[in-house]
Amino acid sequence: MRYLPLTDADRREMLAAVGARSVDELFRDVPAAAILPGPIAELPPHQGELEVERAFQAYAAMNLSPASHPSFLGAGAYRHHVPSAVDHLIQRGEFLTSYTPYQPEITQGTLQYLFEFQTQVTMLTGMEVANASMYDGSTGTAEAVLMANRVTRRSKAILSGGLHPHYRAVVETTAKWQGFTAAAQPADPRAVEDLARLVDRETSCVVVQNPSFFGQVRDLAPLAKACQAAGALLIVVVTEVVSLGALTPPGEMGADIVVCEGQSLGVGLQFGGPYVGLFATKEKHLRQMPGRLVGETVDADGKRGFVLTLSTREQHIRREKATSNICTNSGLMALAFTIHLTLLGEAGLRRLAELNHAKAVELADRIAALPGVEVLNDTFFNEFTVRLPKPAAGVVEALARKGILAGVPVSRLIPDDPAVGDLLLVAVTETATELGMGPLIAGLKETL
Amino acid sequence: MVQSLDRSQGRAGAMPSSAPATATYTGNRALQLEEKLIFEMGQAGRCGVDLPEPPKVADRLGGLRRKGAIGLPGLSEPQVVQHYTRLSQKNYAIDMGVYPLGSCTMKHNPRLNEKIARLPGIGDIHPLQPMSTVQGALALIDELARWLKTLTGMPAVAMSPAAGAHGEMCGMMAIAAALAARGEAHRKTVLVPESAHGTNPATAAALGFAVKPIPATGDGRVDVAALKAALGPDVAAIMLTNPNTCGLFERDIRVVADAVHAAGAYFYCDGANYNAIVGRVRPGDLGIDCMHINLHKTFSTPHGGGGPGSGPVVLSERLAAYAPRPWVVRDAAGWRLVEEGDATDGAPFGRLKAFHGQMGMFTRALAYIMSHGADGLRQVAEDAVLNANYVMARLRTEMTPAFEGPCMHECLFDDSFLKDSGVSTLDFAKAMIDEGYHPMTMYFPLVVHGALLIEPTETQSKEEIDLFCDALLDLARRAKAGDSVEAFKAAPLHAPRRRLDETLAARKPILRWKPTNAAPGAPARQAAE
Repeated sequence: MRYLPLTDADRREMLAAVGARSVDELFRDVPAAAILPGPIAELPPHQGELEVERAFQAYAAMNLSPASHPSFLGAGAYRHHVPSAVDHLIQRGEFLTSYTPYQPEITQGTLQYLFEFQTQVTMLTGMEVANASMYDGSTGTAEAVLMANRVTRRSKAILSGGLHPHYRAVVETTAKWQGFTAAAQPADPRAVEDLARLVDRETSCVVVQNPSFFGQVRDLAPLAKACQAAGALLIVVVTEVVSLGALTPPGEMGADIVVCEGQSLGVGLQFGGPYVGLFATKEKHLRQMPGRLVGETVDADGKRGFVLTLSTREQHIRREKATSNICTNSGLMALAFTIHLTLLGEAGLRRLAELNHAKAVELADRIAALPGVEVLNDTFFNEFTVRLPKPAAGVVEALARKGILAGVPVSRLIPDDPAVGDLLLVAVTETATELGMGPLIAGLKETL
Repeated sequence: MVQSLDRSQGRAGAMPSSAPATATYTGNRALQLEEKLIFEMGQAGRCGVDLPEPPKVADRLGGLRRKGAIGLPGLSEPQVVQHYTRLSQKNYAIDMGVYPLGSCTMKHNPRLNEKIARLPGIGDIHPLQPMSTVQGALALIDELARWLKTLTGMPAVAMSPAAGAHGEMCGMMAIAAALAARGEAHRKTVLVPESAHGTNPATAAALGFAVKPIPATGDGRVDVAALKAALGPDVAAIMLTNPNTCGLFERDIRVVADAVHAAGAYFYCDGANYNAIVGRVRPGDLGIDCMHINLHKTFSTPHGGGGPGSGPVVLSERLAAYAPRPWVVRDAAGWRLVEEGDATDGAPFGRLKAFHGQMGMFTRALAYIMSHGADGLRQVAEDAVLNANYVMARLRTEMTPAFEGPCMHECLFDDSFLKDSGVSTLDFAKAMIDEGYHPMTMYFPLVVHGALLIEPTETQSKEEIDLFCDALLDLARRAKAGDSVEAFKAAPLHAPRRRLDETLAARKPILRWKPTNAAPGAPARQAAE
């Protein structure tokens, strides 16, 4: 019981001070029939640090880690090299074990880094204001659609077929229970979608991902213009935030709301979470933006300081009138993101993006040269779609047995469409080396 | 790094200044260091990482190469480490001492949990790897699910919600789905007691339910008669927090559950305060239909300045079939993740989040659970409750408990002990900062005037609690003596910042740094109007 400081002597003394004979007396408001007489028998007793550590080493040993095997997995989560300083700094107890900065005088550390994070997000996305983060990119996307409904007072969202299928599912869940419609286009890696044609007077927003789920990069300016003309908002989703180091930012293309998954910078794979959602918009929509916000102000001595602000939009005060029930952000992951991006800076992020793209181009060309294999993209950043001569899931499984994580079969996310059964998503980051690409090419040759 | 002090114009509600007479050249005070923003210290040409030259290729960015500068500053690695280290020193944290924020449950975060969450086989695996390559990860999720179900006495659990409020959304969506399946989608009213968390009515309203508040009785519990009177054929559910936000156990909970069920409605329990009863009481025995569990509170995953959280939801038999995807099953071939298009059973209402849930938090929570075991978790609840009752007993000589005890894991005071003292609840809390403590939760719950909600948690020693109580008692005596009102109004004096002008921040929101007006020592203030 190494985490519990009270001794039996303490407990006796404290019970005496309280005026209770036993701790059971303190639970006297609980219906007697619901009180368990002792520890639940099906569950084991406490264990020492050594035993617990060993148990988790055993869990870890049952997994094949991209840390020690060639990996080309993407589809919304990307393995990048995270500088050692990031993890060291976020483990400082003053950051790690702090709570929501309700008392700004003694939480300026958290508040200042969130202010820096907000600024970085506006710069990356080319937008005017950003919040202090969302749970992740997918929940951020659903919140963006809700926000668009509030801004436009309309209730039909149009979802691109290139939107990540899980993001689409999260938006559809939200739509189902929150009373709006989400019309999704079919997922087709080669489709040239004419989303502008679908925008009508009921449309609150168009949600489009760039690069798309299939890796395709496109100019969204014409779509933005069409949305604007029809009074709808353009929501741009970015699942690979490193791409913003190389590509025209969504804000410059005319996006009204930009949502990104920030996992690529600082956060790591973590089997899917916690991640960090980036959320940015135009100033005129500020008061409809969900999530937590940090603002600059002055203290009683006139010194610059930071506080949580505009929280009247949130559940704290408005209760059933709140714009969202969110009561937290992804603070620690935002810290990891902001430190990694600060280490990179302007030059580093641009170089990292170039490196990702160039390596992806290299591998795409090598894969395209394999007989019977076709690379479907004409544009991409660091991920592209490959058509194989046989079902992709089986190929991925066969390569996994050789210790190679070849990519994500599209059928994993879109299982009911036979047309995507032979498609493989291949992602390439700066972590890919010849020691990884060589075995992948050799493995594909053998397996196909 | 001279800090400009002439930026007070336009500030509203400024506190009487009693700034230290001895200003330093840098603005620093010993270890209390003034720190610029990264945007004010960067230089072009500096970079904190070394990256190789990219291979020369013709780009395939489709003519969309970024043209303008991003605007990010350039800093070296040592500058970055110093910057964030200095910032960290401006934060209070549970690692520094008592963090008595009621309803937030700030308990010790074991470092073993951080270590294991970073094992490459756990922290560095991809959510979409072939399932055959993540058997350990799926087994881990399944094991945590088994503990949660067994501890709560509930048959099913949905693991994917990203936080407590997201868990509420999940539970209420399951209820809506179950009602729809029963052909009773017309039930559109949700009853929410006044002492509920603010997220409860917000969640219900966000899902299109009409929220009907239920008053509290004089003893801080839900008014059962009013609740029964409000039940009818239009009621979908009740959302009750138990232990409630007054730190009290809703002793009539079985009566409430029976009445709610008899009326054909569901019983949502906000489990944010589950740490008070973990291992001693199974919520399943209390008649609830679903409850979220804030892993960061009950099982101590670090909250990192505001997140991440994790909010799995346990579900009764009646709601189990509606849990969202994905979930983990085990069959002859091993563990398997049931994702879309694989409807082995149930009628899931959809997907709440891109991947499988907050795996990093699952790992830490399971490590905490295994470290305590069934015996230790029971002790957790007992010690959390004992510590809170002890704080209440020690403070009641000078402060005024809002309700008679026993309380559960937190104790609630009102501000009547400050009446006519000239010291407000806020002043009292800010004075605690100068004593080296994070203040308790203030002005919440709303049912009590000037509420002060103190949650010591089970990981504070008696020595720490005694010192904390002594400091509070001294403050209360000083406030009541009436001779130091000005000092209370000026508090905190010793924090990195004195009271901040929140009105100005809301009236003229400055939510980002801008390059214009930026000069060394005189950071930009640009209204984003």
